[in-house]
Amino acid sequence: MSRSDVLVDADWVQAHLDDPGVVLVEVDEDTTAYDKGHIRGAVKIDWKKDLQDPVRRDFVDRHGFEQLLSERGIANDDTVILYGGNNNWFAAYAYWYFKLYGHRDVRLLDGGRKKWELDSREMVTAVPQRPRTSYQATEQDPSLRAKRDEVIAAIGKQNLVDVRSPDEFTGKLLAPAHLPQEQAQRAGHIPTAKNVPWSKAANDDGTFRTDDQLRALYQGDAGLDFGKDTIAYCRIGERSAHTWFVLHELLGLPHVKNYDGSWTEYGSLVGVPIELGEAR
Amino acid sequence: MPAGASGEAVIEGHVTRGGTPVPAGYARLLNDGGEFVAEVPLGDDGGFRFFAAPGTWTVRVLAPGGVNTDQTVTASRGHRTPVEVSI
Repeated sequence: MSRSDVLVDADWVQAHLDDPGVVLVEVDEDTTAYDKGHIRGAVKIDWKKDLQDPVRRDFVDRHGFEQLLSERGIANDDTVILYGGNNNWFAAYAYWYFKLYGHRDVRLLDGGRKKWELDSREMVTAVPQRPRTSYQATEQDPSLRAKRDEVIAAIGKQNLVDVRSPDEFTGKLLAPAHLPQEQAQRAGHIPTAKNVPWSKAANDDGTFRTDDQLRALYQGDAGLDFGKDTIAYCRIGERSAHTWFVLHELLGLPHVKNYDGSWTEYGSLVGVPIELGEAR
Repeated sequence: MPAGASGEAVIEGHVTRGGTPVPAGYARLLNDGGEFVAEVPLGDDGGFRFFAAPGTWTVRVLAPGGVNTDQTVTASRGHRTPVEVSI
């Protein structure tokens, strides 16, 4: 797989805005961002309201995903271009989600909303009307998603990549510094995890670093064994979807899972091992 | 000590150009090693806010036109540290 199969730049998007078969989707944590302005023709997905089960802590099920995409006017053979704020965290999360449910052609806009804005490219407030489709999803692909028992079993055996900031990893903070501190009962990290903050994979403008730089970062600096299976986690699974995208989609590692339960689940489990401070 | 309800070190401020708020842009927070910690889009009033830990931080502002400017601040627990950035 080449980079252009999974990642497109702003010029590509600009040139394909009006292609029938190309659907832009903005995915944000702050969904008011879309309402204030978005790329022309883009539809909106709310990562929480649209992608999470409203009662249980889990995803919407296959039927729910089919309803969502049908209602947004997205067809099975459309090329879906995802982008969003927070350096594409939630767009990468949605990308992973589209792959879980078997969408064939989905790509990220490199740099996301930030790059588009910093380039001073056109933003509009008009909401497009797309005719309803009959989207058919597959069953969730379990090879992309890690559950808690699998994570515990992976301690000391697989690559565990904690992509949170160093202060969250060592236990000084429980959440990123722009969010109120809350949620997990305990601070720290999963024993044997390597701390490679997601941000090291991106430039200031939100675009991904080159494949050579990324390989040096994970294999060289962090000492990941690319011959082993890998699980990425963060606090709620969105930043680790960004790293999952880097390892699985850009670098092409065959066995990489995202642990979407992440620290808000692991750090609240009773009796599991936790480490504080720097990686050992 | 884990952070929690005991009072964060808040870093907040505004970005202005010639006295006018800059609503299109981003504020990034870097730790004392220069590592990225957090980022927020600027508000309509050019405002930003971070919930940090006590210590020395760099606030980096990105805005259209290639603006990329840094300011160093020292934050302490339970206090609001103001940062006014003129670009």
